[in-house]
Amino acid sequence: MLESVRSNSFQIVRLFALVILAVFVLVGGFILLQNLQHVKMIMMVFAVIWGVGSVALLFWVFNSIAQAMPRKIRPIAVALVFAGPAIVLLAWALVLPTLRSLWLSFFDDTGHQFVFLDNYTFAFTDPIMLESFKNNLLWMVFGTSFCVILGLIIAVLSDKSKFEKLFKALIFLPMAISFVGAGVIWKFMYSYKGEGININEIGLLNAIVVALGGKAQSWLLMPVWNNFFLIAIMVWLQTGYAMVILSSAIKGIPLEIIEAAKMDGANEFQIFFKITIPFIMPTIVTVATTILIFSLKLFDIVRVMTGGNFGTNVIANEFYQRQFTYRKTGQASAIAIVLLICTIPVLIYNLRQFRKRRTIK
Amino acid sequence: MKKTKPSKISSIILFILLLFIAIGWTVPTLGVFVTSFRESKDIYSSGWWSVLPHMEWVKTSEFQLAEATDPNAPITIEGHTASFDEWRQGIKVSENKRLRWYGNKRSRKIEVYEEKLLGFGANLTMQNYVDVLQGGEISFDDGSGNIITREGNNFGDAVINSLAVCIPSTVIPILIAAFAAYAFAWMDFPGRKPMFVILVALLVVPLQIALIPILRDFTAWNLNGTFVSMWLAHTSFGLPLAIYLLYNYVSTLPRDVFESAYLDGATPFVTFVRLVLPMSIPALASFAIFQFLWVWNDYLVALIFLGDKNRVVTSALAAMIGEKGQDWHLLTSGAFLSMILPLTVFFALQRFFVRGLLAGSIKG
Repeated sequence: MLESVRSNSFQIVRLFALVILAVFVLVGGFILLQNLQHVKMIMMVFAVIWGVGSVALLFWVFNSIAQAMPRKIRPIAVALVFAGPAIVLLAWALVLPTLRSLWLSFFDDTGHQFVFLDNYTFAFTDPIMLESFKNNLLWMVFGTSFCVILGLIIAVLSDKSKFEKLFKALIFLPMAISFVGAGVIWKFMYSYKGEGININEIGLLNAIVVALGGKAQSWLLMPVWNNFFLIAIMVWLQTGYAMVILSSAIKGIPLEIIEAAKMDGANEFQIFFKITIPFIMPTIVTVATTILIFSLKLFDIVRVMTGGNFGTNVIANEFYQRQFTYRKTGQASAIAIVLLICTIPVLIYNLRQFRKRRTIK
Repeated sequence: MKKTKPSKISSIILFILLLFIAIGWTVPTLGVFVTSFRESKDIYSSGWWSVLPHMEWVKTSEFQLAEATDPNAPITIEGHTASFDEWRQGIKVSENKRLRWYGNKRSRKIEVYEEKLLGFGANLTMQNYVDVLQGGEISFDDGSGNIITREGNNFGDAVINSLAVCIPSTVIPILIAAFAAYAFAWMDFPGRKPMFVILVALLVVPLQIALIPILRDFTAWNLNGTFVSMWLAHTSFGLPLAIYLLYNYVSTLPRDVFESAYLDGATPFVTFVRLVLPMSIPALASFAIFQFLWVWNDYLVALIFLGDKNRVVTSALAAMIGEKGQDWHLLTSGAFLSMILPLTVFFALQRFFVRGLLAGSIKG
């Protein structure tokens, strides 16, 4: 009896020491990190060790506390330690902000004056917003269909080639490149120097146009068409994604079905349209919705290439402009809510798919 | 589909078609890669493809005409007679020699051009990389003889900042998500199922919805511009996918493993660290590559939470596009520097990346 009391009080002292240690590491590390800004290399190494170490330490300390709980509530306490940090972060960073953005969207820029739907009236009537909606529609329709169709063609063709891996790797490569990096790459492709004697176009596209006897153009300033030149960048970046997923779906088609079709005298095109496409349709839908959502939220390419000028604005860029250039928090929040509403059909579809799989298992 | 045996001709057509697509896909990147090694004055005067072997008119020398030469009358040089305007355009005096009047009528300067074969790699340099990594003042030749001086973008610091943002932002969500995935898969706690449904819903929620409220919190907590803010943001934004991927993996692990560990008296924590984490390495690796590429290539989150303090590579590069949109020697070398690490990771671990992609699409 006495022993258990002693070990209990020892436990409490130990836990107390652990908590103090954790607080010390967290606060001390943070202050130290702020003061290391001038010795960049050391700062980086310290940031990595401290950042990762603190999280591991926190889990350990929380678990020690949970283990010290009475046996009855211990399982729940341990589960809380395991799932708690994720739940707290998700609640703080995604669930609550959705509600807070909704709340903010009903107020004016000062955040005090309740204006109800005024910000939404702006979002659906402002000429710049209407232009952005129209452009996003272009991105969603053409960007998505080009990615999926090109990805499908390349997946089918490379499936029949001996050099499949190499071709696929080359198409896939841009997926590792940032949109900003892609921005530089394509700005250089589209570069335009103007007219005059002894001017050599250094952008590949204009050089080709000139070599074919055409006139150099400043591609990014051509209204309406410049949207397509930007969409081309996304297609370049994302076709690899569509290709990889579709390619693995194509490889999942049972060989017997194709053999049987061939026995019946079907040619390659008939096999493609009557067997391949129907068989991988669910995957095509998944890929298309992923890219659709992606093009809805698209920001970086437009921001870097044109800043949304020359008739290329998109919703996500206007969101940024409203909040960070014009300081119109209410309007920006309303735009964010509109973006969320646009994703709801996909969200519901995802949940349905998820439910379906649950019941099968 | 297994490889079928197409006829020879159609397989050649197929190869050429694929080759055509692959070249088209690679050329834009190749252009930036090649340009980043060219001297600034070359970049502005000729396309990057001119590093390929080709015949080119190269200026070899120049000479001055006698003061007495009348530019308004026909002029005879090396046996050819022509007007000033014709000389100004340039005249071919022999098979591989051209003469051109330089400047206005008073200059009386003649430039001699000869046609030469230029091979691979003429005038390549590492100077662009040296320049772009530096802060401070840098200068370059713009191709028309002007020396231009610019404030450097200090890309070196940006790379270090990116590492300081990226590594913790990749490891921390893995840690938190692995714990959570284990809890969702193998533990019982109130609200487990509805919370997981919410998590699946969060997979497609656009980030924009969260940016303003989180920015307000960071401002209130005085965290704007710190690495901690980036870790928090990226960890939270990466969690839904991380938990979802890891849950799918962890829930397929055999139950007996945990049970025998519990029977041996191991706590869930020990079981998790000793058994679950090592067994989940393939899934962890898939997500790690995903998250690393995402964070390294992210621009929006860095732009909003870091601002101009502690610029990461993407924001440094974007700032460079804004400030020096025509300084291609800096832009291309900067772009390539920003791509080296993700491309290496990508090629080294492509298998895991593809596996993650496949698992990540909801319809597994």
